[in-house]
Amino acid sequence: MSVKKQIRIALRNCGVINPERIEEYISRDGYFALGKVLSEMTPEEAVKVIKDSGIRGRGGAGFPTGLKWELASKNKADQKYVVCNADEGDPGAFMDRSILEGDPHSVLEAMALCAYCMGATQGFIYIRAEYPLAIERLKIAIEQAGELGLLGKNIFGSGFDFDIGLKYGAGAFVCGEETALIHSMEGERGEPTLKPPFPAESGYLGKPTNVNNVETYANIPVIFLKGASWFNGIGTETSKGTKVFALAGKVNNVGLVEVPMGTTLREVIFEIGGGIKDGKKFKAVQTGGPSGGCLTEKHLDTPIDYENLVANGSMMGSGGMIIMDEDDCMVSVAKFFLDFSVEESCGKCSPCRIGNKRLHELLKRICEGKGELPDLDRLKNLSEVIKDTSLCGLGQSSPNPVLSTLDNFHHEYLSHVVDKKCTSGVCTDLLEYFIVEENCIGCTACARACPVGAISGERKEPHLINPDTCIKCGACMEKCKFDAVILK
Amino acid sequence: MTKIKSVEALKKYQDELKKAGESLEELRDAGNLVGIKVAMATCSNAAGAGKVMEFISAALDKRGVDALVTKTGCMGYCYAEPTIEVTLPGKEPVVFGDVDIQRADQIIEQYIKKGETVEGVIPVNYKTVDEPYNE
Ligand SMILES: Cc1cc2nc3c(=O)[nH]c(=O)nc-3n(C[C@H](O)[C@H](O)[C@H](O)COP(=O)(O)O)c2cc1C
Ligand code: SF4
Ligand code: SF4
Repeated sequence: MSVKKQIRIALRNCGVINPERIEEYISRDGYFALGKVLSEMTPEEAVKVIKDSGIRGRGGAGFPTGLKWELASKNKADQKYVVCNADEGDPGAFMDRSILEGDPHSVLEAMALCAYCMGATQGFIYIRAEYPLAIERLKIAIEQAGELGLLGKNIFGSGFDFDIGLKYGAGAFVCGEETALIHSMEGERGEPTLKPPFPAESGYLGKPTNVNNVETYANIPVIFLKGASWFNGIGTETSKGTKVFALAGKVNNVGLVEVPMGTTLREVIFEIGGGIKDGKKFKAVQTGGPSGGCLTEKHLDTPIDYENLVANGSMMGSGGMIIMDEDDCMVSVAKFFLDFSVEESCGKCSPCRIGNKRLHELLKRICEGKGELPDLDRLKNLSEVIKDTSLCGLGQSSPNPVLSTLDNFHHEYLSHVVDKKCTSGVCTDLLEYFIVEENCIGCTACARACPVGAISGERKEPHLINPDTCIKCGACMEKCKFDAVILK
Repeated sequence: MTKIKSVEALKKYQDELKKAGESLEELRDAGNLVGIKVAMATCSNAAGAGKVMEFISAALDKRGVDALVTKTGCMGYCYAEPTIEVTLPGKEPVVFGDVDIQRADQIIEQYIKKGETVEGVIPVNYKTVDEPYNE
């Protein structure tokens, strides 16, 4: 049996309890954190626990959660709001969905705790409309908690009131950005606005609002039950606790994992993830989704935490982790993520709207074999301008996949641009059909199939494709029964 | 349902739940039952967990096996969905991956009824917070 590298805090009940029965959550000490805090602690004391725990946001930027709660609690207002960001939009990410589907009450309990700390009475979960099962289970959970008086009026007889409602996502990635999310909740266009003012000062309907990610909330009840020092005993100097990652791509055990901060990429990919599929060679790992970067072999032993990932040109992001092998072309990978950013840019500011489009065009050209050496400098310069001048996190991070691949896989860009070769065999425009001499028995099938007569050779002798005549139709490859025709 | 107005009341409610065997674990242990959890999150459902759940419930009934079948969330083993966890009385839970109806049938006949091993067991590779954390 493999060593237990994983510790499940946020996922503690996922796959353990029946998420549609509050009884099972309570059997596993559910709502005890809320009860304890409401009856034993002042809001200030409770905020201090979260501050001392060292937990930072799991939704992207890694802002210290305790500090955020403190700011929201200090801003005076007649009404304040607690919001859960469940707009999970990174391609391939499903950490938040799994938590909401597997353990919805942990998020509800944490939101109530946050509300008590900051003095709010109303909460909202902003959830993707594409998550029907999570929505259904949240509705059941909210109703069950209400029936037991764990949400609603005078919770635990403490005089504290708190209700939670659902708001459905508008279907755009940028709506996950907190200011855009708040505008979308208000019924406005889901476009980001400049911070400050931060939501903690002026958020939903202009009132102080605390926005946290699903996974951030899922950790909160455990922190209160087990104590700040238990929590901050796990992890690294700057990053405490655990992080959930959605392992995807060319790894054997695709799935959800939760590891202590400080675990190395090697442990995650090779021990927990079971290594690379089909015994292929590891090439890169992409963290942080479209805003992250690609790390390589030389980063495998770096302990994962917020600072280390940024220092190496990537970021934690929300926890998507895509593993790539020798068959992946890194220029194409950068193009894929740019494609996403171009599609999802809200268009409000020109560097992001136009700049990303231009980046994408440059990458497309390179993949088609039309790139030139100065394009590499153009990519780099433009990326830096976009990063520096975009309004929100989308534009500020969208060039990361380009910059990190330029850095770590410079040779691949060079071979595309100078040799016009895609060594991984992905960019079809750069590939050539080729006959492997050892496999060819000289049956002439390919030569007869070739519409432009590019294939020559005597019967029973190895055949040869003339690359200058070949139009890359692939007819020969289809015809050959001996796997002698390859693309490379 | 009466509202819970204090931590003591919550504790009392939890104790009652435990006494009534509200948690699958206790009900199972008390009644010497076979416990089966079927992971039913979006990914598991897409892989066919719903059908497997139906099949298992019906088959156990028909074949006279006393068992408690419940649904649960994502166990994290997306590469092997649908997954089910089977706990025989007095034994450690065992997670099976890639459970289609045929495999479910095999698991019932061989593992649940006879205690024989069946291929496709996924080793548990995590600790939960119940276990003390010490590196
Ligand atoms: C383009 C963009 C998309 C984002 N999408 C999400 C998202 O889907 N879920 C999320 O929790 N945070 C997302 N964020 C981060 C939020 O703006 C915000 O930082 C986060 O919800 C704060 O919660 P945390 O401190 O608990 O991480 C996104 C940010 C940007 C710039
Ligand atoms: S950076 Fe992009 S997504 Fe963000 S506000 Fe500007 S145009 Fe919109
Ligand atoms: S079809 Fe295949 S085996 Fe026959 S001549 Fe062409 S490459 Fe050789």
